[in-house]
Amino acid sequence: MLRLPAFALERPRTLRAALELLAENGQSAMVVAGGTDLLPNLKHELFDPKLLVSLAEIDELRGLCASAEGGLEIGAMTPLADVATSELARTRAPALAQACGLVAGPQLRTMGTLGGNVLLDTRCQWYNQTYFWRSALGFCLKKDGSACHVVAGGKKCVAAASNDSAPALMSLGAVLHFESASGAREVAIDEFFTGDGIQNKKIAPGEILTCVRIPPMPAGHRGAYGKLRDRGSIDFPLLGVAVRLDCSSKDVVENADLVLTALAAQPKRVKRASETLAGTKLGTPAFDEAAEKVAELAYQQCRPLANIPGDANWRHEMVPVWVRRTLAAAATEPNVTT
Amino acid sequence: MAARDNHGTSPPWGRSFGVLGQPHRKLDGLAKATGSAVYADDLALPGMLHAKTLRSPHAHARIESIDASKALALEGVHAVITGRDLPERYGVIPWTQDETALAVDRVRFIGDPVAAVAAIDEDTANRALKLIEVRYQKLTAWFDPASSLAAQTDRIHPDTKGPGNLSKHVHLCFGDVDGELAGAAHTIEGEYEFHGTTHAPIEPHCAVAAVDAAGLLTVWSSTQITHYVHRALAKVLHLEAHKIRVVQPCLGGAFGGKSDPFSLEFCVAKLAMLTARPVKMLYTREEVFYAHRGRHPMQMRYRTGVDKDGKLRAVDAKILIDGGSYSSFGLVTTYYAGQLLTGPYHFPTYRFDSTRVFTNKPPCGPKRGHGSVQPRFAFEIQLDELAGRLELDPIEIRRRNFQGDFTRTVNGQRVTSNGFLKCLDEVERLSRWKERRGKLGFGRGLGVAGSMYISGTNYPVYPNDMPQAGIQIKLDRSGLATVFTGGNDIGQGSNSMCAYIVAEELGLDLSAVRVVAADTDLCPVDLGAYSSRVTFMVGNATIDACRKLRGQIVQALAEKWQVAKERIRLIAGQALDLEDAARAISIAEAFQIAEARFDTLGSTGSYNTPTLGGDYRGGTIGAAPAYSFTAHIVEVDVDVETGQLTCENVWIAHDCGRALNPMIVAGQMEGSVYMGLAEALLEEHTLNRFGLHAGPNLLDYKLPTSVDTPELYARIVESIDPEGPYGAKEAGEGPLHPALPALSNAVFDAVGVRLRRLPFTPARVLSELRAAGVDAKRHAQAGLPARAEKGAR
Ligand SMILES: Cc1cc2nc3c(=O)[nH]c(=O)nc-3n(C[C@H](O)[C@H](O)[C@H](O)COP(=O)(O)OP(=O)(O)OC[C@H]3O[C@@H](n4cnc5c(N)ncnc54)[C@H](O)[C@@H]3O)c2cc1C
Ligand code: SF4
Repeated sequence: MLRLPAFALERPRTLRAALELLAENGQSAMVVAGGTDLLPNLKHELFDPKLLVSLAEIDELRGLCASAEGGLEIGAMTPLADVATSELARTRAPALAQACGLVAGPQLRTMGTLGGNVLLDTRCQWYNQTYFWRSALGFCLKKDGSACHVVAGGKKCVAAASNDSAPALMSLGAVLHFESASGAREVAIDEFFTGDGIQNKKIAPGEILTCVRIPPMPAGHRGAYGKLRDRGSIDFPLLGVAVRLDCSSKDVVENADLVLTALAAQPKRVKRASETLAGTKLGTPAFDEAAEKVAELAYQQCRPLANIPGDANWRHEMVPVWVRRTLAAAATEPNVTT
Repeated sequence: MAARDNHGTSPPWGRSFGVLGQPHRKLDGLAKATGSAVYADDLALPGMLHAKTLRSPHAHARIESIDASKALALEGVHAVITGRDLPERYGVIPWTQDETALAVDRVRFIGDPVAAVAAIDEDTANRALKLIEVRYQKLTAWFDPASSLAAQTDRIHPDTKGPGNLSKHVHLCFGDVDGELAGAAHTIEGEYEFHGTTHAPIEPHCAVAAVDAAGLLTVWSSTQITHYVHRALAKVLHLEAHKIRVVQPCLGGAFGGKSDPFSLEFCVAKLAMLTARPVKMLYTREEVFYAHRGRHPMQMRYRTGVDKDGKLRAVDAKILIDGGSYSSFGLVTTYYAGQLLTGPYHFPTYRFDSTRVFTNKPPCGPKRGHGSVQPRFAFEIQLDELAGRLELDPIEIRRRNFQGDFTRTVNGQRVTSNGFLKCLDEVERLSRWKERRGKLGFGRGLGVAGSMYISGTNYPVYPNDMPQAGIQIKLDRSGLATVFTGGNDIGQGSNSMCAYIVAEELGLDLSAVRVVAADTDLCPVDLGAYSSRVTFMVGNATIDACRKLRGQIVQALAEKWQVAKERIRLIAGQALDLEDAARAISIAEAFQIAEARFDTLGSTGSYNTPTLGGDYRGGTIGAAPAYSFTAHIVEVDVDVETGQLTCENVWIAHDCGRALNPMIVAGQMEGSVYMGLAEALLEEHTLNRFGLHAGPNLLDYKLPTSVDTPELYARIVESIDPEGPYGAKEAGEGPLHPALPALSNAVFDAVGVRLRRLPFTPARVLSELRAAGVDAKRHAQAGLPARAEKGAR
């Protein structure tokens, strides 16, 4: 078995205590939630923290509830399995519930948290490997090396954002709530991810993600998440498609959104999706035609790289197929929004 | 020479079985399910050190120097060894010994072991590895087998004859192939490709060694060939074999991946001898991928000719085998690739030419269905192509070419019982083939394939006249029978099989049979768990030993009771007089009476194959005392928009002779199909462009999960072989073969496209569909949405 490196572990019971520990230890400390991303990465010697601050004992960070305005508030430490099976999440944020239910496999969804999923490290076939393997390769830009093996001569890391929740949360206009020893801040998830695969998240050392807020959805909201993967379970996305359709009482699309992930360092919103779909009625040829057009737009707007394992061209070919299928799923699933 | 005994196919003293033929738990089932089973890594000895291996980061290089002084200076490090400490060569096949425990002067693939460290714990050993300084001089690395065969410089094994990096070449011709091809009504030629897969057992390799005060070295290892490890340790360590004891603890899967001696066994032994402390080494998952010995990539060309009725006239094969960096079982693989194809169909003439080449990759070896899964893939597709050409039902062409039972193949193999036709009948009926094939609508199809596999081999890895399987049984006054077998239970249930036979023969309850296995100090030699030989050979040896004891018990009782021997039955823990119910005594009492009459009760049994095989060089390789036969029908759903194949149902009929425990047989059949489909659909043991394994972990190397596994319907066919134990043959490897070609044939039924290159990844399938012009029009005709058009950019 691969060994974990040595580190100290603290399990504070309050958020305040956790924030203080982080402030005291600066860069040498890291937060651990479910550990399902971090611990494998530590075994691969991708990080070298002296201290891990576990959030597992902090009750205030766990739980999912309706917000006063009619949206959702999900504590960062809420297990993915809980989000996936929550009635509230399934009705108010169907794309998110589906995405969480498609992460990894059952055991990992029990340990893995929503916060950890939002903050998942980017992934790459040249990076998520053991120290020996990476040393035989000669390392890469993201860790210990100077060259990128995906883009020849590339000076920028393009490792793939691979968290299933991120595109769903983007389609829902979620807001992330952070706290640090020096205060709190909120950031719209649309502003949170960057195109830099080395660190694709704007999070400062010492910050803890405490809560994910989802605004209320209109009455006719529909959503779906489509995931392309090699097996029926366990695997990270080869492509993730989050769909939002806000419809009138007559099932006419008024507003739509489409966000793709697992292509590049940052989830990608498909431009002109909303305009194209707006005004079409679900279940009519007009909607299907618009969906075809959106699929075409998505195809043109992205170019997957050979960052994660698998055939990049095929992933590209799959974009329109999965966009169409996920739009169809959102349009045909019973509208559960209350 | 030990006698080959024919013990009959039913118990000579009665008509029916008491234990056999019924489902029973495996002996170790509960221990495994509850976590109490003791695997090699569960062993912890006082003062035990932990060892780790330094591996080569280069695919091909000369070692210029190794400086381990810094590692040795690290606190907690007890010893460092390099190739110089263990220079003796070994290899499972005596004629091709080209491995050393640690690289002596040359590394041959990324991951080749270079040095080993023993330290107080794994972390210290890992830290020490990083302190060892190795200077390499890089050599040209050979990854492509065709160019490797033509290599003029930087040869991988410079002391081999060549040409290039040739590992083994076999050319055998039986009959006038060219003449028959020329005269055939139809001939068909095609190229097929197998990509390379590995075993991926749940348990990584692990070995523990200890030397006692008297100098006895004990090695506990997760091996499936205790006896060959024993011999190899003696050779490499320059120790007398009787000063070495090898024990196989409970084993977490092998599938052929533990049937070579491995570097770690020598390293822990040497380190234990140097440090006078017990030493353990456990491979990481990544190291298991480097140790490998998985299924060889093969590029195959087949030419087959049939007459106008679809009867085979000639088969001509040319195969290029990518062997990886060492020989391992490669000599046998090269033969098996040709020798094992000559059934269940009658080949009037046959020629094969197979060439195994060294490349700078982890070494290939035997994986479940050694050497023959790849050619079977090619040939069963080609048979389907011929059926199509002749407008014959694919099952019909297979029936027409059935070789029959009790026959001889063109390459001189003796075939005994043969239930292949029954297998075809069963899968045809169960899948409702006649009603459904070709009528499931575009995108969904059924495919069939058949196969044959050896039930043991008469070729012992080293030539000798001693028994291939030995058994010892000791009877205790308590009514307990203890069986000592050298057989390796690797999860297939061979220890349980011994217990079932002993319980049957001596009338014992299963709980009164103890099996002591795979311990070279305690057990008679068995050659190991490979070539599907254990049930056949060890089973026969067990019957042999039982019959001797049974004779003594029955004789002692007959004398005591003054009745004829025929009146005595041993059954369900009792000894009975069939004509006097009042005389029933417990089996313990019967043992005591026999012990009083004959002294301490014990017996040995053994098995050797009859003389088999063709009278030509290599003619014994692939000659088995019996063959198993299989037929599959696979139902597939093809997503023509994505190239994804979903296998929905598989019907498996397998002729295992007699099913000693039908539950285990069915489990082997299901597990085989699971594994075969995994190789076709998901698994890929390949290197990337840097010569690095493309993903040596179980996230990147995809094994199907339960949700990826189709419904499996296992149907046992019992042909009752005259020479197997009670008529039993193998069930562990044969049932894998047809899965891959049957899937390809099903895809053809579904969409009219032939997939001849493995693996069937969606990306590849989609491009083949497009190349074949599978498009929206046919879809529309089938009344389905025009999905394919969109993708066809
Ligand atoms: C085999 C396997 C398959 C997987 N498949 C998928 C998949 O299909 N899709 C997918 O999205 N993920 C997948 N994952 C990754 C992972 O399981 C999930 O993303 C999970 O949600 C991560 O959550 P966690 O709580 O375990 O995070 P952790 O591992 O604990 O943390 C992840 C990162 O976030 C930081 N962090 C976590 N919580 C906070 C917080 N509240 N504040 C500040 N920083 C924080 C940690 O410091 C760390 O850097 C897979 C993992 C494995 C091992
Ligand atoms: S894209 Fe991959 S190879 Fe390139 S720098 Fe990032 S992690 Fe390394």
